[in-house]
Amino acid sequence: MSEVTIPQPTRPWQRKRADTTRSAVSIGLVGFISFVIVLFTGFAGVDGWAVTVFLVSVLLIIIRGRKLSAKERGNAKIQLFITAAALLAFAPWISIFGSVLVKGIVGLKLNFVTSDMRTTVPDDELNMGGALHAMLGSMMMVLMATAITLPLGILSGVYLTEIKGRFTFLVRFVIQSMSGVPSIVAGLFVFTTYVSATHGPTAFGGSLALGILMLPTVARTSEEVLKLVPDDLRSASLALGARQWRTTLMVVLPTVRSGLITAAILGVARVIGETAPLLLTAGSSTAFGFNPIKGPIASLPIYVFGMLQIGTEYAVNRAWTGALVLMLAVFALFFTARKLGGKDKR
Amino acid sequence: MSNSSAVLDTPEQAFAGLETRDAHAWFGKHHALSGVSLRFPAKSVTGLIGPSGCGKSTYLRLLNRMHEFIPNSAMAGEVLLHGDDIYGESVDPAAIRLKVGMVFQKPNPFPAMTIRENVISGLKLAHIKIDNEDDLVEKCLNRAGLWKEVKDRLDASGGSLSGGQQQRLCIARSLAVEPEVLLMDEPCSALDPGSTLRIEETIKELAEKITVVIVTHNMQQASRVSDYCAFFLSDGGPGVLVEADQTRKMFTNPTDTRTADYVQGKFG
Repeated sequence: MSEVTIPQPTRPWQRKRADTTRSAVSIGLVGFISFVIVLFTGFAGVDGWAVTVFLVSVLLIIIRGRKLSAKERGNAKIQLFITAAALLAFAPWISIFGSVLVKGIVGLKLNFVTSDMRTTVPDDELNMGGALHAMLGSMMMVLMATAITLPLGILSGVYLTEIKGRFTFLVRFVIQSMSGVPSIVAGLFVFTTYVSATHGPTAFGGSLALGILMLPTVARTSEEVLKLVPDDLRSASLALGARQWRTTLMVVLPTVRSGLITAAILGVARVIGETAPLLLTAGSSTAFGFNPIKGPIASLPIYVFGMLQIGTEYAVNRAWTGALVLMLAVFALFFTARKLGGKDKR
Repeated sequence: MSNSSAVLDTPEQAFAGLETRDAHAWFGKHHALSGVSLRFPAKSVTGLIGPSGCGKSTYLRLLNRMHEFIPNSAMAGEVLLHGDDIYGESVDPAAIRLKVGMVFQKPNPFPAMTIRENVISGLKLAHIKIDNEDDLVEKCLNRAGLWKEVKDRLDASGGSLSGGQQQRLCIARSLAVEPEVLLMDEPCSALDPGSTLRIEETIKELAEKITVVIVTHNMQQASRVSDYCAFFLSDGGPGVLVEADQTRKMFTNPTDTRTADYVQGKFG
């Protein structure tokens, strides 16, 4: 090869990084104006600050935008509108997570996740007792509910998209109406059919109630992702002489593995915070019991509910910490789902 | 390996205003195209030929800024339209694509639109006022050689047409915005021989008014339809432009032995 100078790859279509000094000046300006407004008007507190900063930023961007050409301004307007709408949609989430974090972090000590309430009363200092039993209880019930629901949900998805049998309409209708069932009704159903007929609230009873709530979510999500499998793939497999069930098992389902994992995670996220059905079916306890068909069991939502009902200072602290742990668990779940789900995408 | 800088030397033909200077393209770390300099002659068909993976489609997509839609893609060099770099800082890529249209490998009429709506969709999407819609639709479909077949069912869905008709509908759609240059990325590779022939006739008629750049795998097609040819080749590294000249000369008396081997079907 002769000496040919190869230029550096460039990406002229990417917008240039904004000038750092300019953006620093902008941020400073926003901060200063917001400070003045907060100083001289009634706005105060976190929410007041947030609203002020938001409005001032939008105003400043609009003023800046007057320099642009008409066409660029049109684009910038829409971009600004969409960004602002996205931030607004984000605001309640920030607010909820912020308050749970601030109030819950007080009680988040090591003993909270390593001990239970066997020898502690809710009014004890926060360095005693914890919610280990509730975390384990939630985990056990959700796992059992998933074990029951996931195969059923995926199979009904397969029935609706692959088999397309005579009852397609009926199955779809039932699944859709099930997703509208209030959670307390699911609890009542399990209470009358299982709990009251056996020995009272148990972990298995709880997971049955949660399963009823999970099923429509899992089934519908499975159906949606299975619909996305291109018919070419099915044809290719069938043309190789494969039977339909082999095609489904070895070609269709593996293709949407990440989607099915998402279905499971969405189902779990749907029920992990459910309180009402567990009040009737799982009850509550101060320690974790390993036998799922014997004795009541604690769960994080019920733990939060119970502590709030007691209402004393330390008990309420425990409730907030429980809520924080519950939220973190949900985040961890979604994060894992993303990691697992992303694997088979290139 | 020399730095390829073939110029289509065409004193008898006007220059189309579209040229590249030392154009490079990357996909991530992969250097796909290296140092292509080419000036396109106006009102003619230029065929980009070469074996798979030689960068000819990549080069085509550089010409109307479609390259940048591929994640992690990058480029270097200049693509000039009437002397202005289309990758310049203040350039609106949408305006460039209005002047340099594109027809894709697979026919892609908008399925939710009728035939008529498909033809005028480019103008609607770009907010351009239409004076006489019926005339425009007829004119564009005529130029694409589709008018006679669809004039009685302009309100049928674009998807109801055959593959070849769909591709001609796509050509009509590109023509409606009156581009100066029409880029075609293997427009016939998904079509049957009959439809291919129709499209080739259309391309030749189009070249009376606009500049057409067509990527093709098919050597016979290049010799049938193009006035000029540019031969791209990759020896495992990035694709380079080996030679560009009048099609007649490229097929009968090419300068480079690699071109001779390729056009005679010794490889590729």
